[in-house]
Amino acid sequence: MRSMNGRQKTVLLFGMAVLFLALITAAGQVFAKEAMATDFTRKNLAPCGEYVFGTDWMGRDMFVRTLTGLSMSIRIGLLAAGVSALLALVLGIVSATMGRAVDSAVTWVIDLVMGIPHILLLILISYACGKGFRGVAIGVSLTHWTSLARLIRGEVLQLKEAPYIKVAKKLGLSSWQIAWKHMVPHLFPQFLVGLILLFPHAILHEASITFLGFGLSPEQPAIGVILSESMRYLAMGKWWLALFPGLLLVLTVMLFDVAGESLRKLLDPGSAHV
Amino acid sequence: MKQHLLFLTKQAVRMMLLLICVSIAAFFLVSLSPVDPLQANIGQAALGSMSQEQIAKLNEYWGVGQPAAERFLAWASDFFRGDMGLSLLYRRPVSEVIAVKFANSIWLLAIAWVISGAVGFCLGALAGMKQGTWVDKAIKGYSLVIASTPAFWLALVLLMVFAVWLKALPVGLSVPIGMEAAGVTFADRIRHAILPALTLSITGISNITLHTREKMIDIMESDYVLFARARGESGWSIFKNHGFRNVILPALTLQFASISEIFGGSVLVEEIFSYPGLGQAAVTAGIGSDVPLLLGITVISAAIVFGGNLIANMLYGIVDPRIRKGGAGL
Amino acid sequence: MDEKKIILEIQNLSVSFQQYDKGFGRTDLDVIRDLNVTINEGEMVAVVGSSGSGKSLLAHAVLGILPYNSVLGGTILYDGEELTQKRKEELRGNEIVLVPQSVAFLDPLMKIGPQIRKGKNDSESKRKLDRIFEGYHLKQEVQELYPFELSGGMNRRVLVSTAMMGNPRLVIADEPTPGLHMKMVRRVMSHFRELADQGAGVLLITHDLEQALEVADRVAVFYAGTTVEDADVKDFAREETLRHPYSKALWRALPQNGFQFISGTQPYVKELPKGCPFGPRCEYFCEACEREIPYREVRGGKVRCISAE
Repeated sequence: MRSMNGRQKTVLLFGMAVLFLALITAAGQVFAKEAMATDFTRKNLAPCGEYVFGTDWMGRDMFVRTLTGLSMSIRIGLLAAGVSALLALVLGIVSATMGRAVDSAVTWVIDLVMGIPHILLLILISYACGKGFRGVAIGVSLTHWTSLARLIRGEVLQLKEAPYIKVAKKLGLSSWQIAWKHMVPHLFPQFLVGLILLFPHAILHEASITFLGFGLSPEQPAIGVILSESMRYLAMGKWWLALFPGLLLVLTVMLFDVAGESLRKLLDPGSAHV
Repeated sequence: MKQHLLFLTKQAVRMMLLLICVSIAAFFLVSLSPVDPLQANIGQAALGSMSQEQIAKLNEYWGVGQPAAERFLAWASDFFRGDMGLSLLYRRPVSEVIAVKFANSIWLLAIAWVISGAVGFCLGALAGMKQGTWVDKAIKGYSLVIASTPAFWLALVLLMVFAVWLKALPVGLSVPIGMEAAGVTFADRIRHAILPALTLSITGISNITLHTREKMIDIMESDYVLFARARGESGWSIFKNHGFRNVILPALTLQFASISEIFGGSVLVEEIFSYPGLGQAAVTAGIGSDVPLLLGITVISAAIVFGGNLIANMLYGIVDPRIRKGGAGL
Repeated sequence: MDEKKIILEIQNLSVSFQQYDKGFGRTDLDVIRDLNVTINEGEMVAVVGSSGSGKSLLAHAVLGILPYNSVLGGTILYDGEELTQKRKEELRGNEIVLVPQSVAFLDPLMKIGPQIRKGKNDSESKRKLDRIFEGYHLKQEVQELYPFELSGGMNRRVLVSTAMMGNPRLVIADEPTPGLHMKMVRRVMSHFRELADQGAGVLLITHDLEQALEVADRVAVFYAGTTVEDADVKDFAREETLRHPYSKALWRALPQNGFQFISGTQPYVKELPKGCPFGPRCEYFCEACEREIPYREVRGGKVRCISAE
């Protein structure tokens, strides 16, 4: 086989990351029932051929539990990253185009949200929503938009000053036409990459907050719940309960990172070289 | 000088206003909560066996049934006078609880902050100088993996390795269980802080490493480094004369601005290692509906974060000669 | 004219970059092809070409500071021996020096004095710099300034000073006078002329033919990545003594010769015609121009044109 050039590798990497994530999401859905199934004849099994991730003290298969947990994390991540990215888009554009008062108001809110340590803010929001699924979903959605909003705001401000936009204005194009024809095509790639790169944070924060007991309820096989439960069995040497689910979580988060970064590379016109 | 003073005052006023907004937002959030503090802390069964009088008393203690705005004004005016209220779970003044927890946490945070900053800076600078080599790839790879690793899982893994398998370090708590506070030696404290500090340092490194690396690559591609190379400078000379000088400021700025993340990490890490610090107190307060304590911790931690940002903003004015001498940008 | 020792000889230099097209294709962009220049001791040679034609890469190639994704071809001889990357690294900053375009090439956070001394603090370097500053009528306090504090008049002298810290035998000046008015240009150019008169070879890279004619001894005309003609400055006195149609076109575009411009623009590296790059704009164009064009001697100069005689 001929060796691939950089861009082909990037496309392949992106495709594989997306495929893998889709597989995890789908598998978690398929195994949702099995993830809850207890079987006391097979409890506390160390990883083996049949149960690659081992089983827990209730004889639940850790592999399917992990997949289900990750699938749930990804779906919450999808929701939260989507809402966050949309918020970022709207606030970023509004901030850059609606005058100074609006701009300082949005900047103020950004500073405010960034001022409270992230986890603490999530605890507060989760507490406000009475914990549970709603709390995590709202919390993660409402706290991840700030840096993307800043990015988009800066981008729009720069675009407004761009010569070709100024020319378009002089030519009498309406603001909507300018926005649609010249700004959206420029902003869209940034937005898409920003959206994908929100996932890792969203997933990690969901897992963290659930781990602390503010997120998904303990009955659900969420990845945070799995790891939180595993802590109690650590001292007994049940290392597989924590190791494998965590590894797979790290892998999932990394795949989102890989997908986002390779997409950025592909969409960036400056990457024509190398 | 006058400009600096003006800048400082502006920033300080801004910080105060932000803090007030933070407390309003936090108060608004907790008052939204549908969690019934009585049920959360006393339990349905226990409540059932109580008389109406007892319940009314408890309601008053937990602040149930008063309008939110009224409660906020009362709380804020007390807070302004230094009275943060009474922690419902610890049954001591919030300020006292926070002071004790903060004293425990500050060690952990400071050690992790310094280690992650120093190591991250060195790794990032090295990777940036050697862009494209295996050294760079290894450092970048490490940082990317760590950036995807949740602090709490890393804590679990370290706990497994050092405390359970090797039995080299204690599982938790900042002091040995059952020991009088006075009998705790400095060595004990250190031994119990090693794992939490290690976890926080390791996770904190990736951000500063990647940032420093990016900046260093920008610097290496700058016209002035190109010219320095044309003048026969290379390797160490370029780092000493140009790299360090230009990268230290953005790195310091980032490190001061990232106090928020280290604090966030400490919440998880303290919870896992049962380290009695501010982070663990925040979790306890959140789970146990100890609203005054939760609010107190929020405001204090936001103040620390804003303080860090303030220092970060000022650093440029003090260190960068273009701003220091030119007065531009202030 | 007595033969002086050749200090730098560049033969068929090429610099190319790899770039991705739309989709997955990859092409090599030959930004420079067939660049030939020779510089003698005590001589000032100007390479003249329009802006954005990749002239700076010539300087970077000689100094060994090309970007990592570029490929260098051809031969560079320094002092009669091949100038390898290792030799470039040994010589640059000392025997071979670069004078950059502007103070943007100075580290914004390092004071002028230490920066010119490359961070060295020994008394010998300090004394040497003091002497250089005296020579260029720069106050010693300037050493304590940051680059952004320099005034326009100081800029150029400081930049030239950087070259003098070594023992330059070859000075490469890359567009040293961008946007300066004529009086300043003459002053800056006189510094380079001085260096040449002291025995160094000076390679002046510029887009301004008028300027080059004023100070240089010889001019190499650079078109679309290729040197099309290498002529003595005297040859630019009249159109007839020039050899290449592009040089003649440049001559006619000079203010004193009537500002006549020819139509068309330089081809972009990706869309180069076959054979002579000037072909499509040339009035003498014929079929033979689409074949390979040799670089040959005509009337004491060199030219890359089949119809020159």
